[in-house]
Amino acid sequence: MNKQRFSFIGLICTLLTVIMALAWVFPIYWIASTAFKSETDTIVVPPKLLPWPPDLEAFVYVIHNSPIFRWYLNTVLVAATVTFFSILLSLMCAYALSRLEFRGKGLIYASLLIGFMLPFGALAIPLFMFMNSLNLVNSYLGLILPQIAAPLSVIVFKQFFDEVPRDFRDAALIDGATDIKILFGIYLPMNWSITWAMSIITFIGTWNNFLWPLIVTNSTSMLTIPVGMTQVQSAWGIAFAKTSAIAVLASIPTAAAYLIFQKRVTQGVMAAAGLK
Amino acid sequence: MPQTERNASRPKRRTGWRIAWFFVAPFLLFYGLFLIYPAFQVAYLSLTNSDIAGQGHFIAFANYLELARDPDFWASVWHTVYFIILTVVPNTLVGFLFALLVVRLRRLRLAVLCAFFLPYILPVSVVTTAFLWLLDANFGVVNYLFSSQIAFFADPVWAMPGVAIVTIWWTVGFNMLLFIAGLQNIPIDLYEAAALDGANTFQRFVSITCPLIWPVTSLVLVLQLILQFKIFDQVYLLTFGGPYNSTMVVLFYMYREAFQQNRGGYAAAVAIALVVVIILVSALQFRLLNTRRK
Repeated sequence: MNKQRFSFIGLICTLLTVIMALAWVFPIYWIASTAFKSETDTIVVPPKLLPWPPDLEAFVYVIHNSPIFRWYLNTVLVAATVTFFSILLSLMCAYALSRLEFRGKGLIYASLLIGFMLPFGALAIPLFMFMNSLNLVNSYLGLILPQIAAPLSVIVFKQFFDEVPRDFRDAALIDGATDIKILFGIYLPMNWSITWAMSIITFIGTWNNFLWPLIVTNSTSMLTIPVGMTQVQSAWGIAFAKTSAIAVLASIPTAAAYLIFQKRVTQGVMAAAGLK
Repeated sequence: MPQTERNASRPKRRTGWRIAWFFVAPFLLFYGLFLIYPAFQVAYLSLTNSDIAGQGHFIAFANYLELARDPDFWASVWHTVYFIILTVVPNTLVGFLFALLVVRLRRLRLAVLCAFFLPYILPVSVVTTAFLWLLDANFGVVNYLFSSQIAFFADPVWAMPGVAIVTIWWTVGFNMLLFIAGLQNIPIDLYEAAALDGANTFQRFVSITCPLIWPVTSLVLVLQLILQFKIFDQVYLLTFGGPYNSTMVVLFYMYREAFQQNRGGYAAAVAIALVVVIILVSALQFRLLNTRRK
């Protein structure tokens, strides 16, 4: 009796949860379905829930009327380069902070904790001036360079390296291995999952970064997709199918990265928040 | 120090020093150039009347004196605080609720988790595109459902709550993840023991779940607080600070002073004010994390 009542309440709970989840993804569904409608179908009353038959007119328009492929290229290039160097430099620095003894180590670690608190937005003005004085406004280097240093990644990697028993390094040193070999041959493979996780969230974060590309680029050909799409959208005016279509195109890579590497994304997000 | 010991330890130490710097130097180069140097630079700029190209001269604390009497700046501080009030606690509570809903699921768990978390990984401009469309005054679904014609982002009363709702929808998945981790760390035998003692579901929730999840709750609250102080992107895309400056938040005010009014020095003073507040709140976060570890 008691058990039956419990499962009945449980069923209601599950049902409410599913309704809530559906409501939560509705905005995503709605923008995706709008992208497959014709412009006239987007503003009919009552709204059409299903984009049937699907209409690719909006996507064709986006491809012909915006440098979307150039923006894809820009964003992929920037996000991939930033991710590669950011992770590589963070791994190396974290290894030294975790395993090597040298003067200035405590100072570096303390400065990382402060650096990680500095809000990027507050540094935007001097960074822009700096890039301007180097003639790097509207360039890939201007987009990439300021996004590479990630104190948080160093802190996370250091925590993981700290948990590797010291014997691994000592034994490898006796066998004549150098620290570079130890890092890339032992420590990195032992911590593949967190390295992977941090790489994916760095990639997603760089792909989605809005403020810095907004500030450091203004020529159409150098924009990244999240910034570029807003510029053509305002030029197109009231054209819901088209603005939705470009939004769908802009979010495919990060959404796909999340759906494929769900577990790693979760792990990376938690590690970055200070929880393992 | 005895001579022999010194000689013995010396060579090892020196090679260690060189290798160590080989490992840290590349990171430190970028870190120094693009984080530390700009941090000092913004502090210096705040004491000058520079334009956005960096041309100007030293004027000591004049920017700060002006800032203290600038009604637009204080309005932006109030708008930021208002945004924080609208987001921090609600976002934490919704995150907790979603975590509670997700952890009891079995087969549907992954799908539901995905639904709640997916918005978090979308670019901000996609999020705002979706909501500008959903909340459109004439053709939006929300106004259709309620038979209303509210222009959410053009109405001074609705604009900030609108930005807050979008922000919660976008970021709540992050809070939910932290709460799920926290809930899973609560030992299951506590619940079993309480059930044996005759505690019902509600009693177990109040006397086991709530106190044991508190460390995560406080962490989420502080992380949210730091994050929401930095509100910029959503405002830039949804309202551009309007209508009638009703969503002019601190970082947007800085952006406007710097890149539209060409007042780099004054904007730097705004930035410093923001940095000071964020560092104070972050210090609180470290204390929380440290007490957690203990």
